[in-house]
Amino acid sequence: MDARFWLIQAFNGISYGALLFLLAGGLSLIFGVMRIVNLAHGSYFLLGGYVALSVIWTTGSWLLALPVAALVIAGVGLAMERFFLRPLGFDPLRQVLLTVGFAFLFQQAALDIWGGDPLNIEPPGVLTGSVALGGMYFPVYRIFMISLAAVMGLALWLVMEKTRMGAMVRAAVDDSEMARGVGVDTSRVSMFIFALGAFLAALGGAIGGAFFGVYPGLDFEILPLAFAVVIIGGMGSLAGAAAGSLIVGLADNFGKALFPEVSYFTLYAPMVLILALKPTGLFGRD
Amino acid sequence: MKEKLTGRLGWAAGVACFALGMGAGTLPASAAEELRIGFLAPLTGPFAQIGKDMANGFQLYLDEAGGSFAGAKVTFVVEDGEGKPPVNVRKAEKLIRQDKVHMFIGGLLASTGYALAPVSTRQKTVYVSSIAAADDLTQRDSAKYPYMVRTGWTSSQPSHPFGQWACEQGYKKIVTVAADYAFGYEVVGGFQKAFEDCGGRIIQKMWPPLGTKDFGPFIPQIKKDADAIFTLMVGPMALQLPKQLKDAGNKKPVIGGGTSYDEYVLPSMGDEVVGHVSALQYSAAIDTPKNAAFVKKYRSKYGKVPSYYSESNYTTAQMIHEVLKKTGGKWPGAEKFVKMMSEIRIDAVRGPVRLDEMRNPVQNIYIKKVEKKKLHGYPQDELWNTVIKTYPAVGQFWKYGKADFLKQPVYSRDYPPCKYCE
Amino acid sequence: MKSRRNILIVIAALLALAIITPFSSSYVITLITHALVFAILAMSLDLLLGYTGLPSLGQAAYLGMGAYLTAILASNYGFGLGWSFWAVILLGMLLGAATAAFFGLFAIRATGVYFLMITLALGMCVWGLAYRWNSLTGGDNGINLPPRPEFGISLANDVTFFYVVFGFFVFTLATLYVLVRSPFGRTLEGIRERELRMRILGYNTWLHKYIAYIIAGAFGGLAGVLWAQMNGLVSPEDVILTTSVDALLMVVLGGPGTLVGGAIGAAVVTFLRDYLSTLVHWWQYVLGGVYVLTILYLPGGLIGIPERVRNWRVRRGRKAAVPSH
Repeated sequence: MDARFWLIQAFNGISYGALLFLLAGGLSLIFGVMRIVNLAHGSYFLLGGYVALSVIWTTGSWLLALPVAALVIAGVGLAMERFFLRPLGFDPLRQVLLTVGFAFLFQQAALDIWGGDPLNIEPPGVLTGSVALGGMYFPVYRIFMISLAAVMGLALWLVMEKTRMGAMVRAAVDDSEMARGVGVDTSRVSMFIFALGAFLAALGGAIGGAFFGVYPGLDFEILPLAFAVVIIGGMGSLAGAAAGSLIVGLADNFGKALFPEVSYFTLYAPMVLILALKPTGLFGRD
Repeated sequence: MKEKLTGRLGWAAGVACFALGMGAGTLPASAAEELRIGFLAPLTGPFAQIGKDMANGFQLYLDEAGGSFAGAKVTFVVEDGEGKPPVNVRKAEKLIRQDKVHMFIGGLLASTGYALAPVSTRQKTVYVSSIAAADDLTQRDSAKYPYMVRTGWTSSQPSHPFGQWACEQGYKKIVTVAADYAFGYEVVGGFQKAFEDCGGRIIQKMWPPLGTKDFGPFIPQIKKDADAIFTLMVGPMALQLPKQLKDAGNKKPVIGGGTSYDEYVLPSMGDEVVGHVSALQYSAAIDTPKNAAFVKKYRSKYGKVPSYYSESNYTTAQMIHEVLKKTGGKWPGAEKFVKMMSEIRIDAVRGPVRLDEMRNPVQNIYIKKVEKKKLHGYPQDELWNTVIKTYPAVGQFWKYGKADFLKQPVYSRDYPPCKYCE
Repeated sequence: MKSRRNILIVIAALLALAIITPFSSSYVITLITHALVFAILAMSLDLLLGYTGLPSLGQAAYLGMGAYLTAILASNYGFGLGWSFWAVILLGMLLGAATAAFFGLFAIRATGVYFLMITLALGMCVWGLAYRWNSLTGGDNGINLPPRPEFGISLANDVTFFYVVFGFFVFTLATLYVLVRSPFGRTLEGIRERELRMRILGYNTWLHKYIAYIIAGAFGGLAGVLWAQMNGLVSPEDVILTTSVDALLMVVLGGPGTLVGGAIGAAVVTFLRDYLSTLVHWWQYVLGGVYVLTILYLPGGLIGIPERVRNWRVRRGRKAAVPSH
């Protein structure tokens, strides 16, 4: 195992982590602002992939499919928050069960609408193939995933730091009662965050469709990874989600490459360790 | 308050009566001229489409037969096993107890096969394993399951001739990448055994966990001096590996187990799989009038090319029909049925099929190459598994002989040992 | 007075169940037995959720521990197939308790939504073990058990097995009932309502929660032993997240903090998953719908319905009695 092995594996792990960031970034924000454990988050990822496919089938445009899928699912998330989650008030248990119910409904609906065949999203030609460098091959699509996650991460950071909405979100994460006290419209913040989380997950699903495929059951397969990211990185923190994604991506990748027999442990072991030492995650605040 | 209490009791009694009623609604145990068949297939979850393919195959034959086999009206009950072994067990119990089925068919994954076979023994009910391919069900454990018949295949059955074939192509060193579970071990094990007995060498075995979609950790480790890569993928995994191999600059020939390229995944695949070779007992591209007719019928009815999941259950229905023809539509009893079933010889869509003494099919194994072409009169270019070589009448023990074969342990992660690794 | 009446109702219902079940069809007997096993799991969870205010998303872990222990002992060592079945019951409960004692060290520190997350993660760890530790658990094949135990009576007989499970169900219900009515149970309820106050009053709330968690684990283990014998098969699919979530739904659907509510919820969910799914192929819509509707419209669970109906009647009666000005 030479340096090239470590380099290419690190690259693979980072690109995997980039996809996880899109998936889990929203989950982390939702958790931070609303304290909701959203078990329908994997469904957004899956539905994003399916909607993107439908757009590609009707218009033939991959570029159009990404924003359309993300926006449609953002609408779904918005509606879920506004009409179902909000009336419950703050009640983590009922909220989590409600999202489970939706996950079942979405799963069956996806099966009825798109059928059960494993499908694949074909990216445009420029994003296929690979860059050869020093005898190593770097697939272009992985480079694209890393760049996109970086751009989205930066954009999110700017929104959080520089805009009024961002300030309100941060206030709500820190202390939602206090935020309400100083006049922050927390219900608007919640709606915005939930829609944003669904948007990111669906974008991830559309991007990941060329990488994981799109098929029934992907929703529940991907969900534990999203939770691993959030638990490790810390809930409600963008930096935490980024760090968590990288850690999970690398741990999973090196775990599979070096110790395939125990690959799930390399994912869950750091999770348990962090839970034991710092239950709020690396970047989370108590 | 007293009235209230009695009121509640009355309500409870009502519920209880309803429960009794559910029981009373079941069928009498042995109505003449009726054949009750239970079918277990995943209808929700990741394998939902495979489940539909399975049930459709059986249903197509049943419809052709006019809904009855030799005068016996067939009651066909399909249950959703969700692709989970415990759910399959509970649904099988339901079929036996509630619907009083004469037999149950199906089960997809090897794990489901291992879970269902004991149910057939426990309940003394026939189990026809049309898909689940776990080797030992009809090998070392066969005696434990006297009510089980297999109409599909054993996992390692196509791998033995395939190993021979790969060796004859002049491949000397091969790397295997296979899903890390029993089915993967058995497919790879059979291939390794035959390939190495012919003089080839397996120089590396990699086991990505079942369900892996990102092969990034594995592809860079493939040894550079390999002549070819043998893959065994299942379900959605199959789509991703060929693409990622190509993206990673792979130039080596890729060959694989049947499920890596079967007609369930093939329509979703891209041109990167053209030229890949695999082995199985069925291909939708088999060039016989019988198969062409089957493909057209199936495709016009269900809108897709039949996979081996469909063919296997179509043929299963045909075999059951043959047995009933001999009994004049009467159910012969479980033991007798198993015996008669093992004596059936038919000319199936996949080719001639008969069962060996351990009740596993002896059948053609096809070496198939993915090609993009027009076939069976369809106007558009599509991917097809073109048959490039046929090994006729292959049994589960290949050329090793039953006694010798059963002496070796079942193929596993560590058997055969990887003598040429590292 | 009221509680005495409720006890009478429960006893009458149990008697009815015990008398009527053996006369049902063999499939209905297995359905009821199945529901009873899950009722034990749901009641163990209700001790946490309903009485202590700890919503655990990982109760399937203890079921898994009991089930795998039973399967491994039976298939590898031939243990637990005769009188030793009772030893396995005890060992299953002990293993469930021990696992909970270990997991509790991580989980009990957290509250509310963090508790949900941590129990979810711990549950996933158990699943990961069951799925990947091939040599012990058989990986995704799981473990097939030999025929059910026989000790004078044969548990392979459905009616006998029903009575055994029924016995354990009654035992669990009675034990937990006594427990929640004891001073210890009252303290748990106090913690659920106002943990800070209880701490100020000098209670060691951590210890109380920890002990409740261990007891729930023990009964989860008991459910696991029975579950393994019921199916004759143990598989990683038994310990997936869905099992834990279903257990939560059972409690919330029936009515948390009532014990019998969990049993009613278990009956409904079992019926949906095992029977409705044989009638219609779109059963997942119904299951999902039950989740959503329960949460939105049944805050007190099914068991709260009579109460709501009574209130509604009283209100309507009052309206009728007092003419509008």
